[in-house]
Amino acid sequence: MSVAEIKYIDKPHPITGLTNGKLGIWLFLASEVMLFGALFSSLILLRVGSSDWPHGKNILDVPLATLNTIILITSSVTMVMAWASLKMDRFDKFKLYMGATIALSCAFLVIKFFEYSPKFSHYEAFLKPAAVSKYEDHLTGKASISGHIEKQTDDEIVFKPDTPKGDHGADHGAEHDGHAEHAEITIDRADIHRLTSFGPWHSNFLGIYFTMTGLHGLHIIGGIVVNAWLLFPGSVMFRKERERFEGRVECAGLYWHFVDLVWIFLFPTLYLL
Amino acid sequence: MAEHAHDIAKHVKVYIVIFAVLMVLTLVTVGVSYLELSIMSAVIVAMFVASIKGSLVACYFMHLIDERKIIYWVLALTVFFFIVLMAIPSLDVHSGEGVVVNR
Repeated sequence: MSVAEIKYIDKPHPITGLTNGKLGIWLFLASEVMLFGALFSSLILLRVGSSDWPHGKNILDVPLATLNTIILITSSVTMVMAWASLKMDRFDKFKLYMGATIALSCAFLVIKFFEYSPKFSHYEAFLKPAAVSKYEDHLTGKASISGHIEKQTDDEIVFKPDTPKGDHGADHGAEHDGHAEHAEITIDRADIHRLTSFGPWHSNFLGIYFTMTGLHGLHIIGGIVVNAWLLFPGSVMFRKERERFEGRVECAGLYWHFVDLVWIFLFPTLYLL
Repeated sequence: MAEHAHDIAKHVKVYIVIFAVLMVLTLVTVGVSYLELSIMSAVIVAMFVASIKGSLVACYFMHLIDERKIIYWVLALTVFFFIVLMAIPSLDVHSGEGVVVNR
C-alpha cells in the first residue's frame, strides 16, 4: 500500500499561488468569521428586542478590558515580529518574540480571570412587587438590590449594597477604595423573587457576554498551545525544513491576528456601548 | 509571498507604526465612550474606529494588502454571508414579532 504524499506544504500550488496550509488557514478563518458573526447577530437580536439592556460600562470592568486590549494588540505585533525574524534568519529573535507572544497571551487570560471571578461572588436580589415599597430607600430606579452577601439565614439575607448607581462594575472598584459601599441592609427571603450572582445565568446581557468572551478565551488558549509547540518541540523543523516551518509560523500568526481582530470588535460592543 | 530579508526589514518599520496607531485608536475608543453621545452616534463612532483598527490588523499584520487573488475571493464570499448574518435580526425586528426579553 502506498503512502499518499501531501503536496504543496512548503512550495506554492501552481493554481492558487499559495501553500495548501495557507489556503487552509484562510478557509478556517472564513468559518470562524461565521461562528463569531452568528454570536454578534444574536447579540444584536437580544439587544434590539430588550426593553432594558444594561450599559456595559456599568456592569463590566472597562479598565481591565482596556488593559487586555492593549496586551492583545501588543501580542499581535510580537507575533508578526516573530515571523519577520524567521524571514530575516534571526532564529534567536524569533524565540524572543514568540516567547513574548505566549507571555502576553497568558497575561490576557490571567486578567480575564480577575475580571470574571468577582462576578460570581456578587449578587442581585430581585424583589417581589409587593415588597418594593419596604426597601424604597435602597432602590435606584429598579426593583432589585445588588451587592455582596455578608450573612444569610433561612429567613433573611444581610446585603452590603453597591454604590447608588446599583451597578456591579462600580462596586468592584469600591471593594478596593473602601468608601463607596452603603451600610448593610437586611432583606427578608420572603420578599425576594429571585436571587442570583452576576454569572451567565443572571441576564441575557451577561449570558451573551460570557458566551462571547468565553469562546474568545478558548481561542486564546488554542493559540497558546500552537505557539508554544512552535516555540519548543516544533522549532526543530527550522533547521530541517525551513520554508515549511516559516509557513507554519505564518499560519499560526494569521490565526492569532484574527483572534486579536475579534477582540477589537468585542471590546467596544460589550464593554463600551 | 516570497520576500527577501531587506523587504521584511522595511515591513518591520511599518508594523511599529501600525502598532502605535492601534494604541492611539484604542485610547480614542475608550475616550469617546465617556462622551455623552446618543446610542446611535456612540455605536457609529465605536464601530467606525473598530473597523479602522480591524482593517489595519488585516491589511498589515495579516498581509492582506498584498495577497493572492484567491484569498480575496474567499473573503469576499465570507463578507457577503457575514452581511446576510447581520441582517437576519433586522428581518425579525421589522416583522414586529420580535421576542421582547428582559435585560
